Amino acid sequence: MLGLNKKDFSLLVIVTALTLLAPFFLNPFPTNSGLAQFNGGYPDLMQKFVIFGIFAVGFNILFGLTGYLSFGHAAFLGVGSYSCVWMFKLLGYNVLPGIALSIVTSGIFAFLIGVVSLRRSGIYFSILTLAFAQMSFALAYSVLSNPKFNLTNGETGLQVYANDPQWFHSASKPDLPHFFGFSMRATEKVQMGAWEFQFNAGYYLCAVFMILSVYLAIRIFRSPFGLMLRAVKSNQQRMNYTGLNARPYTLAAFVISGMYAGLAGGLLSAVDPLAGAERMQWTASGEVVLMTILGGAGTLIGPILGAGVIKYFENIFSKINDNVLHTWFSFMPDGLENFIVAIIHPFIGKGWHLTLGLLFMLVVIFLPGGLVEGGQRIGKLFRKKDDKVAAITKPAE
Amino acid sequence: MDAFILQILNGLDKGSAYALIALGLTLIFGTLGVVNFAHGALFMIGAFCAVTLSKLLSISYEVVDETQTDFLGNPLKVDVPYINGLLGPDLGGSVIEWAVPLSIIFSIPIMIVIGFVMERGLIKHFYKRPHADQILVTFGLAIVLQEIIKLWFGANPIPTPAPDALSGVANLGEWVGLQVPYPVWRIVYFCFSVLIIGGIFAFLQFTTFGMVVRAGMADRETVSMLGINIDRRFTIMFGIASAVAGLAGVMYAPINPPNYHMGMDFLVLSFVVVVVGGMGSLPGAVLAGFLLGILESFASTTWATTTIPGINQIIIYVVAIIVLLTRPRGLLGKKGVMED
Repeated sequence: MLGLNKKDFSLLVIVTALTLLAPFFLNPFPTNSGLAQFNGGYPDLMQKFVIFGIFAVGFNILFGLTGYLSFGHAAFLGVGSYSCVWMFKLLGYNVLPGIALSIVTSGIFAFLIGVVSLRRSGIYFSILTLAFAQMSFALAYSVLSNPKFNLTNGETGLQVYANDPQWFHSASKPDLPHFFGFSMRATEKVQMGAWEFQFNAGYYLCAVFMILSVYLAIRIFRSPFGLMLRAVKSNQQRMNYTGLNARPYTLAAFVISGMYAGLAGGLLSAVDPLAGAERMQWTASGEVVLMTILGGAGTLIGPILGAGVIKYFENIFSKINDNVLHTWFSFMPDGLENFIVAIIHPFIGKGWHLTLGLLFMLVVIFLPGGLVEGGQRIGKLFRKKDDKVAAITKPAE
Repeated sequence: MDAFILQILNGLDKGSAYALIALGLTLIFGTLGVVNFAHGALFMIGAFCAVTLSKLLSISYEVVDETQTDFLGNPLKVDVPYINGLLGPDLGGSVIEWAVPLSIIFSIPIMIVIGFVMERGLIKHFYKRPHADQILVTFGLAIVLQEIIKLWFGANPIPTPAPDALSGVANLGEWVGLQVPYPVWRIVYFCFSVLIIGGIFAFLQFTTFGMVVRAGMADRETVSMLGINIDRRFTIMFGIASAVAGLAGVMYAPINPPNYHMGMDFLVLSFVVVVVGGMGSLPGAVLAGFLLGILESFASTTWATTTIPGINQIIIYVVAIIVLLTRPRGLLGKKGVMED
């Protein structure tokens, strides 16, 4: 189906189902229960899940397949965001031209950077991409926001002002990013018993883009082109000796993953029309590396998983404070309760970065294949038991 | 002419921080072959050693001073540091004032221990794994260290002043008729870093230990086949490298109040410095550190920023890109290092 084999097709179906039904199963706790704060099913967070999922899937096409570790991918995200907001400023609030332009500009940008950076490999490539990204960040932050030539609006962030041209904007259309009239902020709330589910137009737009990009990623993974990229990772020297030039392949992978990042940036602007330079900082590039590794580099589903976990942590974990902990452990004797709260305190709230760093280190040390490998190992454990049971029961028949 | 010298001085003092961090990075890379993204965190921990010592020294108790009164006429409560009781008010006061230079002694053992623990506990297990894994795990470690410091000291920068005697402004070159007023502490910082760099080079060049380490950097296998425990020596070098980063941080505390992310800010630039100097080349790291520091300071002059706007922000990266593309091994890089 769709040019995929059975296994990949079922993967795609699962991803599609999960993204489309996310408002349901991300909201497992009733609205008024104490656990409702663990619900991730509100539009803001769900949008982040899919947008950063796209970003990580794109990064994985470069890092997972070719092994080139780019530390400057956030630059493409930033370029995408800026170009999308510029389309809003010039043409009007329809998101489609904005997203299209953000893919194109980030593709061009990635091509220019890729041509230069891919001349080196290994750590040098990482440093080169890092240097380019930091350069773009510094430029976006300072120079490109001077009064004569204000491309990025510096520290304030690029946004739409009332005196912008917006040629195709008319009074009948919403004054917010919209998709042919459907406002990105439009949220349908459905009450079902104790549960409340929210269906957001912006989320579904992003979800459609994510399903498309996952489909494209599967096709790339299974194509001869994807095989070439894996060859680059496993042994570039041997590839060169057989007479193949790796450069065009890696460059194509770099541009594709840059376009993915641009798409993610465009979508970020589409759901919230404000683009700031901090999206390009190298810590943002580090974040997508974390997502990909955490989920499992080189796997199809891993990066989305990693993006989901990190964004969930960021939004939910950082909201838990000491009071919440005290209510959880209130069944314990006072001394023990305070002791446990004091122990957990550094890891929650503002300290969630500490948890993230520790988790990341543990994954790199013990599970180089990320959460996906962890899942496979657990799966294998169960399967072995089943085999044993089968082996034992069979002779008995 | 005065402005010219001022820019060079400006560059030298930023350059000395770059050079010290890059020197440590190169020591680790040259000996253990590990790309250490946590090196910036070591710099930051060094700076917080200075903060800790100055806080420890000024732990005080309250005394009601009958001779002084507050604005209501009541006797004033005065904080008296414990150290005054121990050493007397004069000596105690000056010890507190000289907390930052004293932290040099305080921080060396701490940094060496941290270096040992890091190498033995974590990095040892990553020698055989790809460079990407090393980068990632040390990147994670950097996040963890930085968050621990943030937890302990808060997110705000903590001012840590230099002693009064060294915190004024000196007018350099008065005797040759130049007017170059310059903060004394920055000159101290530069001299200190030259001293450390000289010390490291002398240590590697003129001691038996240093000779073995250099031999190990050139050919690890042969050295260990000769029956020398090269791993232990490399561990010690890791400790020394982390002490160098720590000292750079200690002395940097009065220049810029330490905050938890200062390490990350310096790390990116130090990596660029290492690459420009040439991976694995110690003189290269030092040279590139000072060169890039001076270049950056010249690019920040009004003349440069009006000619090419924003040049001060990007000059280091531009230079790095040009160097990497024209001289792939960096300025003084050796053949055969990181060329796989």
